[in-house]
Amino acid sequence: MEWTEASVRNELRSFLEANWDPNSDLLDWRNKLIDAGWGMPSWPERWYGRDMPQSLLSVVAEEFASVGAVTVARTGIRLLAAETLLAHGNDAQRERYLRKILTGEETWCQLFSEPGSGSDLAGSTTRADLVGDHWIINGQKVWTTSAHHADFGLLLARHDWDIPKHQGLSYFILNFHQAGVEVHPLRQMNGHASFNQVFFNDAKVPRNDQIGSSGDGWQIAMTTLMHERRNAGNIFVEARRRGDFEGLIYEHEAEETKVVLAPYTWYPLRAGRVDIVLPRASDTGAINNPAARQEIAKLMIMSRCAEWTALRARAAQQQGQPQGPEGSLGKLAGSNIARQAAKVHTLISGVDAMACGNDSPESGIIAEILLSVPAISIAGGTDEIQRNIISERVLGMQKEPRMDTGPFKDVRKN
Amino acid sequence: MFAFTDEQLQLRESVRRYLIDHATVSRTRELMDESAGFDRLSFQGLFNELGIGGVHIPEEYGGAGLSYVELSIVLEEMGRALYPSPYLSSNVFAANALLLIGTSEQKAEWLPSITSGERLATVALYEESNRSIVANIEQSVTDQSFTGTKSFVLDANVADVFIVVARDGFDPVNPLRFWLAHSNDSGIQTIAMESIDSTRRIGRVSFENVKVERLGDRNQDHGGFGKFIDFASVALANEMVGGAQWLLESSVEYANHRVQFGRSISSMQAIKHKCADLLLEIELAKSGAYRAAQAIAAADSAFPAYASIAKAAANDAYMQAAADAIQIHGGIGFTWDNDTHLWFKRAKSSQVLFGTSEFHRDQLLDRIAVLEAD
Ligand SMILES: Cc1cc2nc3c(=O)[nH]c(=O)nc-3n(C[C@H](O)[C@H](O)[C@H](O)COP(=O)(O)OP(=O)(O)OC[C@H]3O[C@@H](n4cnc5c(N)ncnc54)[C@H](O)[C@@H]3O)c2cc1C
Repeated sequence: MEWTEASVRNELRSFLEANWDPNSDLLDWRNKLIDAGWGMPSWPERWYGRDMPQSLLSVVAEEFASVGAVTVARTGIRLLAAETLLAHGNDAQRERYLRKILTGEETWCQLFSEPGSGSDLAGSTTRADLVGDHWIINGQKVWTTSAHHADFGLLLARHDWDIPKHQGLSYFILNFHQAGVEVHPLRQMNGHASFNQVFFNDAKVPRNDQIGSSGDGWQIAMTTLMHERRNAGNIFVEARRRGDFEGLIYEHEAEETKVVLAPYTWYPLRAGRVDIVLPRASDTGAINNPAARQEIAKLMIMSRCAEWTALRARAAQQQGQPQGPEGSLGKLAGSNIARQAAKVHTLISGVDAMACGNDSPESGIIAEILLSVPAISIAGGTDEIQRNIISERVLGMQKEPRMDTGPFKDVRKN
Repeated sequence: MFAFTDEQLQLRESVRRYLIDHATVSRTRELMDESAGFDRLSFQGLFNELGIGGVHIPEEYGGAGLSYVELSIVLEEMGRALYPSPYLSSNVFAANALLLIGTSEQKAEWLPSITSGERLATVALYEESNRSIVANIEQSVTDQSFTGTKSFVLDANVADVFIVVARDGFDPVNPLRFWLAHSNDSGIQTIAMESIDSTRRIGRVSFENVKVERLGDRNQDHGGFGKFIDFASVALANEMVGGAQWLLESSVEYANHRVQFGRSISSMQAIKHKCADLLLEIELAKSGAYRAAQAIAAADSAFPAYASIAKAAANDAYMQAAADAIQIHGGIGFTWDNDTHLWFKRAKSSQVLFGTSEFHRDQLLDRIAVLEAD
């Protein structure tokens, strides 16, 4: 059927009227959503969806928000895992994993970066050797956000060392609950510990948990990354006006959030917290300082224009134009905005910018912003990598000469 | 709201095609040395062939009755092509003054001939002193007569009518008003001013006891001037992003062909990353310019803030594109024969007209309350 805004509202309203109860059990409610296709309505009908166009999802979100209905679990890496499985997994894998991703019962992480290969993801040296019915995994991943409470990981590893590097990669679902996997949290410069080192010593992956075929790893990883860039910054879109509503289910959800979202509490800070700039500028009087005014205005102009650019890209897509470069452009804009915000927060704070803790500006929030912003231009692909992508794929400029062709075993490594 | 309609895309396409045919850089270079500074034949074609003489002017005054969005599309294409013509001064700025402030009789008298290109009008605004800040205008009209000097008057050399911005000497609050003066008045003398941008003519106009007619009613509010400046800033911003885009495209094209160290310079990151950063800055500036034009069309109350955003963003993006384009071209980019400097000079003249980035950023913070409320 052809969805329209009216038909979405009608159907969803009657579903919510008949089923939504703020005192229901979180798991029961989410299973109900999944069975009815209202958890991920843009997914195919066969897999818990309703084949709805992306453009109508905001209508769905509005209806949920208006009655305060809890949604399926969508935070962190879980949706990247789900989208990857939808695009490249087989039916048995989708059957096994998709539902528990959406109920929130199982948590995922992304096992891509390694000590020797970050930007150069295809340079992975984690080994995958097929022995009988299992892939045996050896090696190390790093910067793995949420690995310390993950049940599964999206793993990129090498099965063939004698062919060019992009061709020798495979993609696996790694179960964390086994002896061959060890997780060590890493402390970050802002004091948090949301990412980890993950060591594999003869860790096992059943053959059935390989996604695609051997050699498809790179292509599948690109799907994951495409969704990651598209979602960049959306982690907190779920923030509903809580407190407007009461019920048992919100308590369950809050408990879950406390654990699952813990690694992400500082993410709005690394984006610069542009929202607190003007109020602070007024409170401190910095708004009357000509030099500060210039920098504040630069920040406002950047962030407004970036917002409008994202809306332009979305509108063009809804008109059926192909998806453009907005993922990389948006990510680069986000870095620029965060850096400018850090500059402005420093200007507004003066010497107070060196203070942290309860006694410092905004009870330590400014200090945490200043110490979190450096992550934004690294995580999810550095600014330099985004510039390479923009110049090559959007502007049609030429690639650099390569030094890493030929059999991977002969390529220079760290 | 954030996507152009098919009709708007078609308009862009037809203006672009017309300018590719009629506004070649070689023709523009010839015009730079001629006294009028523009090509009357191709200018007439805007009216006769393209029908864009009054894009945003109501049909009752001979216009197409479209919005500021369509006007902005036309201006962006003109900026891209570096089209030298009095279109901006007459069909946009002067027409806006009439539209915003004129009485219905004055609109009926003046707009149709401006819209058809029969008459050229221009706004005389800047004064010799305090020329950096747009609103510092001190000269005044007394007894329907004006004596004073206006500088940086766009296309003054070809104007049939001047719309002079001056204070009302009779009004105790001394408000800024717009006044009409015919260029054939014997008290008017126009001297060309030298500009680094020969694709946009400016003049110094002296008025000696010149009879003027007040635009609009004596009793109307005084907000018209601010609105006029904001409309002008947005028009200019849209023209500017077109020029910036041309600079980026020509730089990428040059980089793809130029070989050094046995490889194309477009494979070098110092060049690639400059271009990627430029694309981002230009895309953001376009969004600002488009959004402000939409806000005019929709009579959105946040419009003044958006106008400041648009002009500041366009200033910075265009100048950055101009400087980077020359750098990417290397030595040849510094020559007269290479076309880059023509756009560089247009970028510079546009940057300082109707407010520098510093002016608009400062103004933005005064206007931001409305912005935050939306
Ligand atoms: C907060 C945070 C969370 C993260 N979470 C995860 C996660 O959950 N899972 C995961 O797999 N990874 C994660 N990462 C890792 C992240 O993706 C990598 O750190 C990033 O891709 C850069 O890789 P690298 O650290 O090895 O740096 P390198 O690739 O060694 O880069 C070092 C420098 O060299 C530059 N450089 C490298 N190659 C080029 C090139 N071709 N052209 C120009 N410059 C170049 C880089 O831009 C950078 O400035 C996370 C990182 C951070 C900071």
